Amino acid sequence: MTATTPPDRPLTRNTSTVMMVWTRELIRLKRMPTRLITGIATPILYLFVLGAGMKNLVNSPQAFSAAGAGATFDYQEYLFPGIMAMSIITSALFSAMSIVWDREFGFMREMLVAPVSRTGLVLGKALGGGTVAVIQGVILIVVAPLVGVDLTVTRVVGLVGALLLLAFALTAFGIVLGARMQRMESFQMVATLVTQPMIFLSGAIFPLKSLPSWLNVLTRVNPATYGVDLVRRTLLPGAPAVTWNGNVVPLWADACVVLVLGGLMLALASALFRQSD
Amino acid sequence: MLTMSELAVEVDALGKKFGSFTAVDGISFDIPVGELFGFLGPNGAGKTSTISILCTLLKPTSGTARVAGYDIVRERDRVRRSIGLVFQELTLDDYLTAEENLRFHAVMYGVPRSEARARMQPLLEMVGLADRADSLVRTFSGGMKRRLEIARGLLHEPRVLFLDEPTIGLDPQTRTHIWDYVDELRHRESTTMFLTTHYMDEAERCDRIAIIDAGRIVAIDTPSNLKASVGADTVTIETSDNVVAASEISVELGIIAEPKGGTLVLHVPDGESFIPRIFSALTVGVRSVNVRRPSLDDVFIKYTGHDIREAEASSSDGNRQMVAAFRKTSNR
Repeated sequence: MTATTPPDRPLTRNTSTVMMVWTRELIRLKRMPTRLITGIATPILYLFVLGAGMKNLVNSPQAFSAAGAGATFDYQEYLFPGIMAMSIITSALFSAMSIVWDREFGFMREMLVAPVSRTGLVLGKALGGGTVAVIQGVILIVVAPLVGVDLTVTRVVGLVGALLLLAFALTAFGIVLGARMQRMESFQMVATLVTQPMIFLSGAIFPLKSLPSWLNVLTRVNPATYGVDLVRRTLLPGAPAVTWNGNVVPLWADACVVLVLGGLMLALASALFRQSD
Repeated sequence: MLTMSELAVEVDALGKKFGSFTAVDGISFDIPVGELFGFLGPNGAGKTSTISILCTLLKPTSGTARVAGYDIVRERDRVRRSIGLVFQELTLDDYLTAEENLRFHAVMYGVPRSEARARMQPLLEMVGLADRADSLVRTFSGGMKRRLEIARGLLHEPRVLFLDEPTIGLDPQTRTHIWDYVDELRHRESTTMFLTTHYMDEAERCDRIAIIDAGRIVAIDTPSNLKASVGADTVTIETSDNVVAASEISVELGIIAEPKGGTLVLHVPDGESFIPRIFSALTVGVRSVNVRRPSLDDVFIKYTGHDIREAEASSSDGNRQMVAAFRKTSNR
């Protein structure tokens, strides 16, 4: 046998694999651009139909602004960052469906037999799905002026960062959900079942203080609450904040909660994939 | 580093149980470098389990094996880098182009970008897909997809290429094409190849074959040696009265004729010169005579006691059981 195996550099190989898995998610988005439209349709509907309808009905600026913040927001302004976060949560979770797709159509096998680490595959998927979700979220920025949300460069940069973080964490969560699923239908069902309460209990659509206190407890353990808070207060300084025992949760703490969720989910997802070897 | 005289695959008392079901029952064999080795057996005989173990997709429950000199349990990643795989099911990404599929593979197997580019073109040419490199795989026919998988399996220059039923579900013409590529590949690259099949004509093309039945290897040799071991031609005659004919053959010629589906089957060393003797021995009318040289079918029957197709029918329960267990443990 004359062929020689080239020297192995596992780190390079795994890093390039992460990049490749990430690229693949983007190529797939490019090949199925209708995904973008369906991903944006629901948020637009919420914002311009639900938002417009409720705006005049709930005309109480103090409900949508923090006390003493000086700024006042109407419902549509309040809703906008919430809708953005909602779009990220939904599309990130659903983009993890590509895991189940890959299993159903066999490509998962090609990845699982390759001499690459499971963590690299999962990381690439989470980054790829996260990026796709952020692209959808960023497109929504365009309509911000239409509902009266002021954009500055600092706010947009902060917003993209917040969206990336949230999208990455939620995709990782989606991968955990999809890690053991064989059919796309079951994934869709479970993902819908999870996203709806997550969004309703996150403050994305209405201020949390209007909820009964027992539900308020649930909102504090819902990681989406902190993601929504992060997105909203980045975009609308002076909007009502999440509180712990009456104290305002700082933005960095919001970011930490989301980051920790992402990290935990990533670790859990790679463990689930490693275990099945 | 392997040399010509060394072994590409060494299997020692390998076993795999799924719960109480034994899929692979302590098999041992070696494959020298450069050989085209075939695993012949019905569905559910343990072919896919064995190949999955050798490819490090399943862990054995007993025994050991080395592939390309590496232990399949302790040196999993080294084994994976040394082998190419073509599965029964397709494992391509439909939404990527042929070239993107290959590039993805090259990255995962650590083939440097420049080398991957240099190898892609000749490989795509070999499998007749050079002009479709930029087409989406979803536009490919089943045969084209399989050919692309073969090209992909070779992209990282594996020492051993595993082909699990590479032609299953393909039309005869495509099967022939795929075999042309396999032959060309052996001629050009002298890659060691391990394939499983339940088609006799494909087993015939191997340097050596192992006949596997119910998880055990019942025979292992070159196809011609195996056929010679059956020893006899098969003569099938149909007469106006098979009972009388059978007793006359036994009395006059001293040969046992087995009745089988309205015919009598005899095993004799030289069938053609035996026919005139049948006619002189029989008083009943002969309707038809058929002489057949031993085939791998006969080899299979001789070593397993049943026809490969019958074996498939009877093993399908066990197969289902195994597939279910396999899914639970590995197909994730």
